[in-house]
Amino acid sequence: MHVVVCVKQIPDPAEPGKLEGDLTLDRSGKLILDESDSYGVEMALQLVDKAGGGEVTLVSMAPNNENSGLRTALAMGAAKAILISDPALSGAGALDTAKVLAAAIKSAEPDLVLAATESSDGYTGTVPEQIAALLGLPSITFAKEVHIEGQSVNVRRQTEAGYDEVTCPLPAVVSVTAGVVEPRYPSFKGIMAAKSKPVEEQTVAGLGLDPAGVGSAGAGQEIVAVEDAPVRNAGEIIVDEGEAFTNIVSFLDGLKVI
Amino acid sequence: MALKSIWVYAEATNGNVTPLSLELLAKARTLGGAVEVVYAGADADSLASELGAHGAAKIHSTGDLAASLPGVPVASAIAKAVADGHGPDLIMFGTTYDGRDIAARLSVALDQPVITNNTDIELDGDVVVVTEPIFGGMKLVKTKFTAAGPHIALFRPKSFVAEEAGGAPAEVVALEVTDPGAAKVTNRHVEEATGPKLDEAAIVVSGGRGLGEKDNYELIETLAKLLKAAPGASRAIVDAGWVPYSYQVGQTGKVVKPTVYIAAGISGATQHLVGMKGAKNIIAINKDPEAPIFSVADLGIVGDVHKVLPKLIEALQAR
Ligand SMILES: Cc1cc2nc3c(=O)[nH]c(=O)nc-3n(C[C@H](O)[C@H](O)[C@H](O)COP(=O)(O)OP(=O)(O)OC[C@H]3O[C@@H](n4cnc5c(N)ncnc54)[C@H](O)[C@@H]3O)c2cc1C
Repeated sequence: MHVVVCVKQIPDPAEPGKLEGDLTLDRSGKLILDESDSYGVEMALQLVDKAGGGEVTLVSMAPNNENSGLRTALAMGAAKAILISDPALSGAGALDTAKVLAAAIKSAEPDLVLAATESSDGYTGTVPEQIAALLGLPSITFAKEVHIEGQSVNVRRQTEAGYDEVTCPLPAVVSVTAGVVEPRYPSFKGIMAAKSKPVEEQTVAGLGLDPAGVGSAGAGQEIVAVEDAPVRNAGEIIVDEGEAFTNIVSFLDGLKVI
Repeated sequence: MALKSIWVYAEATNGNVTPLSLELLAKARTLGGAVEVVYAGADADSLASELGAHGAAKIHSTGDLAASLPGVPVASAIAKAVADGHGPDLIMFGTTYDGRDIAARLSVALDQPVITNNTDIELDGDVVVVTEPIFGGMKLVKTKFTAAGPHIALFRPKSFVAEEAGGAPAEVVALEVTDPGAAKVTNRHVEEATGPKLDEAAIVVSGGRGLGEKDNYELIETLAKLLKAAPGASRAIVDAGWVPYSYQVGQTGKVVKPTVYIAAGISGATQHLVGMKGAKNIIAINKDPEAPIFSVADLGIVGDVHKVLPKLIEALQAR
């Protein structure tokens, strides 16, 4: 069982986000493994374990050959990684990202591709399905549970009303929601081992794609402005001395909702 | 020059068009040009008068998809219409599970960008410009489509106000599916929900980690019942398994715009605020006077939820 997991390395979400002069997200600082992707990595490791053999390959696209987030996922137990880094990818939209990741995944020939439903910083939530379309593979998104049975993958897929049980043949692309599994913490041994695991560095041309067709050159979209959102002002603040519930009751009364 | 034709991907639950689909139709009508709907399901005919009343002239219906997930079949059908020369200039989707799948597949089939999470759309001459909130709604990014189209855009719920336009029933025409896709639904589970829906309720009462433990969420449910409100939650307690994901309000949960939003024991992280700061009135109860939730609250109570909520419940029960 060979599983590829798409992982994104993102600026620490605890830090306030910044934009570059060209209005793209500032990714120049240290990048970390997107927490959303830790679920896919854990899921992949568990599936390989259950299958009784195989390995997990990571695929990531990041500027400046940034790999600190990849090392975290390697420390969790992934065997190796493919890292695509190329100045041509600055300003890449979701479709460009999917094209690059799909090309890298193709070379890895996996049985299953896992990804998060959306990244924590961009949250477009279309890349996994776009990768599947580009590779001509079936896909199941928003997975809450994933099981392999013979040559099929069975998934509980989140819906508005509850969940659907969905099945499709392998190879396939599955996107997992946060919380599907409990991601393990890398052990000390894992962290040491990760330092020597192979990270294959790739470029757009190296993957057989045309650099002029990706990134801001090929995006088909252009940011025209970034504005501050209107702010909402704070109202009355009351410190509860035991009677503040009456303020809530009269506030609701004033709105005629009770 | 206005857009010649706009398609809105409409969804329905229990035989009713979803509010989000009607919101998109209302916005589409303001952009000029013909407004038409794409629908995947067996019941297009029974939705024709409602969709027509909201401004759709036509329903391009794939018919029943049986057990197929909609991503592949609906995208294949729209792509064929475009290839045959009768596609639209713009296709609008709601940010829903199926909407995202179809839009993503379609973007590959048409080799067009897809812009997600939008809260607005406008025309600058004949250029389509969409607005998307980033950094938890602190900033708004305006992006224009530069390719020839058709443009593909997804919109967050509650971005627009649904409004009937009083049109005749929409004409149902067939949209041919060329690929049913290999992913099949074998079983559907509907989680039982009582009371008003989270994204439609006039009042929402949400609880967070400040409730202390799972059993205390009962305070939220009791209060919600008394106020005929929908109970909601922060992601912290969804991830902790206290309540199902369908309760989650925020960036990765539901967007709500009720008349009143009550946040109890919720800190007010930007990812939570983006899902509720459109509420007309916000009441917050939090023991930390510095909690960010107070910066958006119309009425802020600095206090312990375990003291304030039981008294509030008692007072409402006594009425
Ligand atoms: C990519 C991403 C997406 C996210 N999406 C969402 C989302 O959709 N929705 C969401 O909610 N979050 C989301 N989050 C998580 C978000 O950042 C916060 O972690 C989360 O909202 C915190 O939940 P909370 O307010 O319940 O918990 P905490 O932040 O722990 O706050 C608990 C609050 O309770 C107060 N409190 C404690 N005890 C009491 C008491 N006895 N009485 C009164 N008050 C008390 C504390 O003062 C504190 O303010 C997301 C995060 C990321 C990174």
